[in-house]
Formats: sequence, C-alpha cells, structure tokens
Amino acid sequence: MDFEKLQEIKQKYLAEINFRKNADGSQVDYKYDIMVCGGTGCRSCKSKSIEEKLIEVIKSKNLERDIKVHGVGCFGLCVNGPVILIYPQDAMYIKVSIDDVEEIIDKLIGGELVERLLPEENGKKITKKNELQFCKKQKYIARNNAEFMSLDNMLGDYIALEGYSALYKVITTMKPEEVIKIIKDSGLRGRGGAGFSTGQKWEYTKVVDAPQKYVICNADEGDPGAFMDRSIIEGNPHAIVEAMAIAGYAIGASKGFVYLRAEYPLAGERLQKAIDEANEKGLLGDNIFETSFSFKLEIKYGAGAFVCGEETALMRSIEGNRGEPTLKPPYPAEKGLFGCPTVINNVETLANVAQIINNGASWFNSIGTQDSKGTKVFALTGKIKNSGLIELPMGTTIREIIYDIGGGIPNGKKFKAVQMGGPSGGCIPAEYLDTPIDYKSLSELGSMMGSGGMIVVDEDSCMVDLARFFLQFTVDESCGKCTPCRIGNKRILEILTNITEGRATLEDLDKLEDLCHYVKEDSLCGLGQTSPNPVLSTLKYFRDEYIEHIVNHKCRAGVCKALTSYVIMDKCIGCSACSRVCPVGAISGELKKKFRIDKEKCVGCGRCYNTCRFGAIAKE
Amino acid sequence: MCQCERLGTEEQVKEFYDVLSKYKGNKDNIMVVLQTTQNIFGYIPEKSVKIIAENLEMPESEIYGIISFYSQFTLTPKAKYNIDICLGTACFVLGAQDVLNKILSKLNVRVGEMTQDGKWIVTSCRCLGCCGLAPAMTINGEVYGKLKVEDIDRILDNFAD
Repeated sequence: MDFEKLQEIKQKYLAEINFRKNADGSQVDYKYDIMVCGGTGCRSCKSKSIEEKLIEVIKSKNLERDIKVHGVGCFGLCVNGPVILIYPQDAMYIKVSIDDVEEIIDKLIGGELVERLLPEENGKKITKKNELQFCKKQKYIARNNAEFMSLDNMLGDYIALEGYSALYKVITTMKPEEVIKIIKDSGLRGRGGAGFSTGQKWEYTKVVDAPQKYVICNADEGDPGAFMDRSIIEGNPHAIVEAMAIAGYAIGASKGFVYLRAEYPLAGERLQKAIDEANEKGLLGDNIFETSFSFKLEIKYGAGAFVCGEETALMRSIEGNRGEPTLKPPYPAEKGLFGCPTVINNVETLANVAQIINNGASWFNSIGTQDSKGTKVFALTGKIKNSGLIELPMGTTIREIIYDIGGGIPNGKKFKAVQMGGPSGGCIPAEYLDTPIDYKSLSELGSMMGSGGMIVVDEDSCMVDLARFFLQFTVDESCGKCTPCRIGNKRILEILTNITEGRATLEDLDKLEDLCHYVKEDSLCGLGQTSPNPVLSTLKYFRDEYIEHIVNHKCRAGVCKALTSYVIMDKCIGCSACSRVCPVGAISGELKKKFRIDKEKCVGCGRCYNTCRFGAIAKE
Repeated sequence: MCQCERLGTEEQVKEFYDVLSKYKGNKDNIMVVLQTTQNIFGYIPEKSVKIIAENLEMPESEIYGIISFYSQFTLTPKAKYNIDICLGTACFVLGAQDVLNKILSKLNVRVGEMTQDGKWIVTSCRCLGCCGLAPAMTINGEVYGKLKVEDIDRILDNFAD
C-alpha cells in the first residue's frame, strides 16, 4: 500500500459516500441506498431478516440496479429498533417489521416515503433524521460517519471518508514526538474511567527504553448500562485499527492487542474482519506504507470478569492468568504486559485519535470545556423515553440530555436522579440537573464520567435498593485478592440489605459510612476504590430515604418488598382476581363487594398489585 | 487416548487435540485453549483439564484457578436451552428481577441449576449490552427484549421438546 493506492481506493468509493452524505447522486448509477442497522440491539429485533427480505423483494421486482441494501453500524436510537436509513432522502424508519418491506420498496421506487414508519415528534412526522430532537444537539467525533458506512464495504467506505490518511500522515511525515504533542495539545482524556491525559500516557510509555512495547485497546466494556464501545467497534472497527497503529508508531510498539468482552461476538467478528482487511492491504503488518514501521494486531477475548476492565487485571488475563489486579506502581507505562512498557487506551478514546491527527489539536480542543475537551458518548437508559447512544460536546447539561434529547421521563413520572459511571459512579439528583457534564464537575458531585453510562431513575425507584443493587454487583465481581474489597463490600451489602428489609438501626448508618471510607481508601485496585461511591452518593443526596427505611419502616417507592404493604381502595369492584393470585391467602371478601387484605398474613409480594386491572390496589 | 474417547464425539475429540497441538507447551495461551475447549464440548469436561495441563505444561490446579475465576467457563454440561437473563442496571430498574422470578417459578429451578429433564438452565448476567431493550434475556444466544412478566409463559412455551 502506498499513497496512490490509498487515493485510488478513496476515489473508487467516494461517489457512494457523497451520495449518502451529501445527497449528491451525480456520480452513482443507482437511485437509492437502504441501510439496515446491524448493531446488536437491532439485530436482536430481527433486523438481519429484514435486510434479507429487502434484498429478496428488490430482486423479485428487478430493482437491483436502482436500490442497494447495506448493513450499517448502530445509529444509537436502540429503543426504536429495528432502524432503517434511506438515502438520498436521509430519512429514518423506526420499528420496521418484515411485513413493511414490500411497501417500503414500492413507495421508494416512486420516490416516496412510508409515512407511518417515520419517527414522530410533537405530532409531526420527521422526514430527515437529523431534524429529530434526538439528533439535533449531537456532535459526532467518536462515532463520526458511521451512519454512511456500509458494513459490506467497511474498509473502502472508511478510506473514502479519509480513513487511514492519518496513519499515512503520521508514519510518513511525522516524528513520534510530534504525534504525541498533537494528542497532548488536543486535551484528549481517557474515556473509559479515570480520565487520564492520553498524550501523557503515550509520552510516559515512549520515553521508557525497551526492545518490546505493546499497545492495548481496552474493549472489556463491563459497566452495566454502557454499550458505546461495542457500538463503535461494530459500526467502524477500522477507526480502532488505525488509531492503535498510530499509538504503536508514537510509543515505538510493534504489537497490539484488543481485549474484547466475550459477550460481544458480533463486535469480535467485525473487528477480526477489519484486521484481516488491513493486513491484506498492508495497513497492518510489516513495513506499513513502505516504511520501516511494522505493527501487528490481535484480538484477545475475555471470559466474563468485570475486574478485567481494570488495566493491570486485563494484562494478567492476556498473559493467561486469573485476572487479578496488581499493585501500581509500576504503571503499565514502565512494566506492563509481559513486563514490557504498555499503553492501554479505551475504545472510545482511540476512536478520536485519527480525527485529531487529521484536523489538528486546536480543532479538537475548541470543543468542550476548560478541562474536558471534545465529545463524550453516553448510553442513556433506564426510565427515559429515547433510550440509546448519544454523543455530545463536553459541557452539555444533564437537563439538556434528559429532557431535550432523551425526551423526558415516560408515563408522566417525576425525575429522581441519574446514575452516572456505573458501579464506580454516583447518582446526581434533580437539583443538579443544570450541571454541565465534564470530568471535574461530575467528580465534585461525587459521581464520575466513567465510561458514560447514564441510568435515569424516577420516583418509582428506591435509592437504597439501587445502592444495594450496585453493591451486589461489586460483591459478585470482586476478584477477592484484597481484603477491603472482598470482605468490606460484603459487609456493606449486608447492612444495605438489612436496611431494605427493615432490620437496621441508625447506628448501622454510621457504620455503613465508615466502612465505605475504609474500602475506598484501602482497596488494591480501581474496583474497590470506587465501589462504595453509589452508597456514599445516595447517602449524600437521599439520606432521608435511608432514615425513612430505618425509622419508619417505609419505602416510599414501594420497591423494598419487606417494607411495602398493600391496601385495597374503594375503586375495588370485587372481581376476586387478587384473592385468587395471593400466594398466602391474605385477601378475602365477597364477590362484587370491596375485598380486603389481612396485613398479618400479607408477605408484600405485590402479586395482587400487578394483577388488579382496575388500579384498586395501592402501595402503602 | 482411552480417556478422551469419553470426552465427546470422535469429531469433537479430534478438534480438541488439533487445538492442543497448535498451542502445545505454551501456557500463555491457556485462555484461548479453554475458550475453544468450551466451544467444542459446550463446557469444559474435567477430563479435558488433565489433558490440557499435560499439553500446556502447567499444573491442573492453576487451570482450575482460571476456570473458576472467569464466569464464562463452566465445568458442567449445558442444558438444551440456556436462558441468560440480564440483571444489569437498566434491566434491573425496569423489572428484570420480577421476570427472573417468574421464569424460576415456572421452571421450578434455582439460578444455575438444570431442570430435571435437562431442558433448561437459567443463569443471570451483568448487562447484555442491549439496554435499549431492557429488560432483556437471551435464550441460546438469541435476544428477547422489552420483557414483561406476562410474556414469559408464551415465550418459554414456544420451546417444544
């Protein structure tokens, strides 16, 4: 591969990209592109069979010359899957089913859209996807252009969109120091957790003199509720390949590993395909772009251990050991994988690299806030209308995310808090909705950027129970190597369980707080050092709920079963449905008259509440 | 060889030995070997552990240490249908626990146990990564999303013997 060949590939596919991106059909000999989302979310709603059906119908109507069908990476609006994009109209169809396929094709060939499949906002059908409220405020860097790239031509479309030009520029015209300087000046910080400066990480690794160094991409995306890394790899794996080669050149490494979660088979398949394509075209391997720089890339699969997202544990796992963390220092930059200097970057961090090289440090650092540059991808989930992936400039407020982009809380419920940063993060209550999201302001609130999971909870969620849920997670996932994390978290969980079951005292609350600080300060790795955060932050903002559980034996959200009792209201028509499902026979009454619950017998399971079709049973 | 014949079918055993010969003597590759072994047999048979230990020149105890550390590895055979229900945060707040309870009571098993007819095993996991579809579960790898307790009977009853 040399510069001419790269240009040749670019020119070959540029016409199709221009057609999709700019609706410029002058260079193509067909009329429409249909892109079917091939992300895990849509695939699980049978998007693959829709794609196959589209191809079948197009073939049967002899329209193969006019309409092309491709797979495409995740568009982010997972709640409305399966999602289909139509070019050059730039329209998006949502919740498409296999029965819609005929109509889509019949209309499209006449240049029309199927109105009922278009998304609706404020009673209006939205014909262009970028006019959706969900899309308007977004800014794509890490997920740039994925919506225009065909999964069937990943390399060609990536190159047509300037792919691998950064790698070419770096290894043929720049010194490693210059590369590091650009990344440093851009202000790019790690997107996977702690938010360390990426350029500095590279520099620390570069200055160590060693015959062998490694680049690792941390794709062990374990935070429940976060799936941006998966979506980036599934939609545009070449961006990661290119960035890792750039990192390899910058620090002097000839070998890289992607440590991928075993739970992401589709991402693994596409990434492997991208690596194979890059090897074949000489974009990886020996003497890339006919220079002396060589870089090889390999995928290593995890096996379902959350702690392996911690960098030292991850390296132990690649080496073929139990994924137990080791003490830092030495940092990976000095002694990492197999004892060699190693750079470990998160997927989303790497997805920014090539574009920073192409557009310059000042382009990147003009986006965002004082201490947080660029964009961040968030996985917005929980009690929110538009759940999915969103990418926004740093400094966007939580309110904008939840109400403007997320569409607010469904069913007219009240917003209570948003949990950010997964099991290591904390919750942010309603009074801080106007906080701009950046590394600093989140940590000041006792939360963190983490990997970007945003889980919205409403008035129906119990904050004590939420904290208990996260501690249960940590207890399950603690590797057990150090005592504070192994035993401390277990004791924290026990106290929380006692609170949710009404067996705790106010002294327990003090013990709980003490214990949290011990675990935070004394644990070996990032997992234990952050695991009490969900407890501390709920204690900080929702202490009254804890006290209510302990003193009044009351769970206001009605989540904690042991503290919830049910009462039948006057609305009851006496249908007896509740008494028939009650497992302990606590409900009795005469048909067509109001029933009643015997509080002595009731175990608070809530089956009656879920069964009643008249809303006549209330939580107390 | 006499031991391995009971490991699985002839084909499986051959594949297993092919993998071993590829990685012979190099214990760095233990993860890949275990992952492939599990892919071949559906679980990691205890007998295979001894053979792996000999070939990769490492103690059996160390291999058991690795198997027990990673939740993906299993020493017990799989059921015909494996339900993996997501208890990640998004699913949890949208009622995954209720769905799990419904499944357990319907199949009359506990988490991780096989039903007596060998048909079902129910396990839970941390986040399948399709939080937009919460609460979600997989049955033999296929995702079922936006679950409601009422749907469970219909979904499970579709899996005939």
